Amino acid sequence: MKADRTFWIVPLLVLLTVVAAAVGLRTGAYPLTLDGAINALGQLWSGGVAQTAEERVLLDIRGPRVLAGLLVGAALAGAGVVYQGLFRNPLVSPDVLGVSAGAGLGAVIGIFLSLPALMIQVLAFTIGLATVALVYLIAVAVRGRDPTLVLVLGGVVVGALAGAAISLLKILADPYDQLPAITFWLLGSLASIRGTELWNVLPAVLLGLLPMVLLRWQVNVLSLGDEEAKALGVEAGRLRAIIIAAATLMTASVVAIAGVIGWVGLVIPHIARMLVGPNFERLLPAAMLIGASYLVLVDTLARSMARIEVPLGILTAVVGAPFFLWLLWRGRHGWS
Amino acid sequence: MRIELRDLAFGYPERAVGSDVSLTVEPGEVLCLLGPNGCGKTTLFKTMLGLLRAQGGEVLLDGEPLGQYSRAEVAQRIAYVPQAQTSPFPYTALDLVLMGRVAHRGVFAGPTLKDRELAMAALNELGIGDLAHRDVTRLSGGQRQLVIIARAVAQAAPLLVMDEPTASLDFGNQVVVLTEVKRLAARGAGVVLSTHQPDQAFAVADRVCLMRDGRIVAMGAPIETLTSERLEEVYGVAVSIERTRSGQIVCAPLYG
Repeated sequence: MKADRTFWIVPLLVLLTVVAAAVGLRTGAYPLTLDGAINALGQLWSGGVAQTAEERVLLDIRGPRVLAGLLVGAALAGAGVVYQGLFRNPLVSPDVLGVSAGAGLGAVIGIFLSLPALMIQVLAFTIGLATVALVYLIAVAVRGRDPTLVLVLGGVVVGALAGAAISLLKILADPYDQLPAITFWLLGSLASIRGTELWNVLPAVLLGLLPMVLLRWQVNVLSLGDEEAKALGVEAGRLRAIIIAAATLMTASVVAIAGVIGWVGLVIPHIARMLVGPNFERLLPAAMLIGASYLVLVDTLARSMARIEVPLGILTAVVGAPFFLWLLWRGRHGWS
Repeated sequence: MRIELRDLAFGYPERAVGSDVSLTVEPGEVLCLLGPNGCGKTTLFKTMLGLLRAQGGEVLLDGEPLGQYSRAEVAQRIAYVPQAQTSPFPYTALDLVLMGRVAHRGVFAGPTLKDRELAMAALNELGIGDLAHRDVTRLSGGQRQLVIIARAVAQAAPLLVMDEPTASLDFGNQVVVLTEVKRLAARGAGVVLSTHQPDQAFAVADRVCLMRDGRIVAMGAPIETLTSERLEEVYGVAVSIERTRSGQIVCAPLYG
C-alpha cells in the first residue's frame, strides 16, 4: 500500500515544480499572461531574438530568476538530504561543516575589496570549499573518536571563526556602500542572478549531484552508522569523503551566486521524508523537486509582497522556523 | 568458508580487552560463545569482522589474512548481526533487509529484482513477511532484531556472526531464531553466536567457547565444556545441569 502511494508522489512533485515555475514567471511588476509567456518562449525557442518587452522580461529578468530559484532550491535541499543521512541526524543542514560561513567570508572579503561581481562569486565559492576541506582535515587528524561527531564540532568551530572574521570586516566596511551589500548578501537573494551566472555554476552543481545519484544505495547503508555500514560491505570512510565533497560542491556553487539562504536544506528534507520515506533513491529526487518549487515560490513572494525586495533568508526563516518547531513538537517520531 | 583466529589479541591501543584467543569455525558448524557481561565477546566479534584492528595475532579467512579482503569481500563472506541498534530514519523492514545485499552489487548499483526476492524470502523465513512494509522505528525491539537477522540471512554469507541474537526476543521468537541458526548450519553456513543462556548452547551449538576476562576458559563439545563447576566458577552462581524427559539438556540456577 505504502509503495503504491509513494510511487505517485514524485510525478506529482514534478507537476508542482512546473506550476511553481509558471507562477514565478507570471508574477511581477510587468504583467505577463501565461499565454504571452508561452508565446514568447516559443518565439525564442525557434531562434528569434528577444524583441518585445514581454520577451525581454522573460529572457533577461524573470526567466533566469525562476531558473535560479529552481537550481538553488534543488541543490540546497539535495545537499541537506545527504548530510542528514550522513550524520545520522535529522537536525543537520548543508552548512553544518561551515560551507556557508566560509562562502560568506569569501563574499564579504570580495565586497570589502570592491572586487567585481564575478570575483566575489569566485571567492565565495573557493573559500566555502576551503573551509569544508579544513574541517575535514581536522577530523582526519583527530583519530580514534566518532568521525562524524568530530566533523560536526570542527564545523562549528571553524564556522564560528569565519563568523568572527565576517563581523570584523563588517565593522571596517564602508557603512553606506559596502555594508548594505554585505548584509544583503548574507541574507541571500536571487535578484542579481543573470543567465551567465547560471551557466557558470550549473556544471558544478551537476558534478556534485552525480556521485549522489550513482552511490544512492551506499548512502542509504551509510545512514545506519559507520560500523554497520562497514559490516555490510560499504567503505564508510571513503564514501563519506566523496559525499561531503559532492554536497559541498553543490552548496558552495549556489551560495556563491545566491548568498546564504538558510532553512531550505534543513526543512525541505523533512517534508520530503514525510512524503516518500527515508530511502535515498526516492528521497533525493523528491527533496530536490520540493526545494526547487519552494524556493521559486518564496522568491516570487519576496519580490512581489512589498515595494522593496525582501531578502530571501528572512522569508525562509519566517516559514522555516515555525515549521521546525512544529517538527520538534511532534516529538521523536516526527523524523519520519 | 573457514575462519581461523590465531593468538588474537583484541581491544583498543590504550585498553586491551582480550588476548590469546585461538579458534576456528568450519562450514556447517555452530560455535556458541558464553561469558559474563564485559568479558569481551562483542569486541572479539568486531575484531573478527575487521571493524576493529587486531592488537596482535591474526584473523584468517580461508587461510588468507582478513586485511587482504575489501569491505565488500568480507561482507560477502561474513554476515554480522549486531546487538540491538536503532536507526534515526524510518526505513521499511524490506529496505533494511535489502541493505544486506549491497555487498553483492557494484557501488553504483541499486537493488535488483532478485535482491528483492531474496530479501522477501529472508523475512518470510523468520516469519515476519507481514512486517515488510512497516517502518522499523515503530517495531518492537524483538521485531527489529528479527529484521536484522533476516538481513544477515539475505546477505547469504557462508559465515554468520551473531551478537546475542536472542537478547531482546520473547520466548517464542528465541526458538524461531535458534531454529533458523540450525537451518543455516544445516545448509552449510558456519555460525558464531554469543548468548547468556547455557540452555541455548546445549540446544544448538556443536562447540562452546567459554570466556572470561577476554580469554578462553574452556572450549569443546557443550556437554563436556559446560560443567556445573565451570559455570559456577565463571558466573559465580551455583547451577545444576540436568537432562529433561524429552532428552534436552538444561542448565538451572540453584537459588540459595
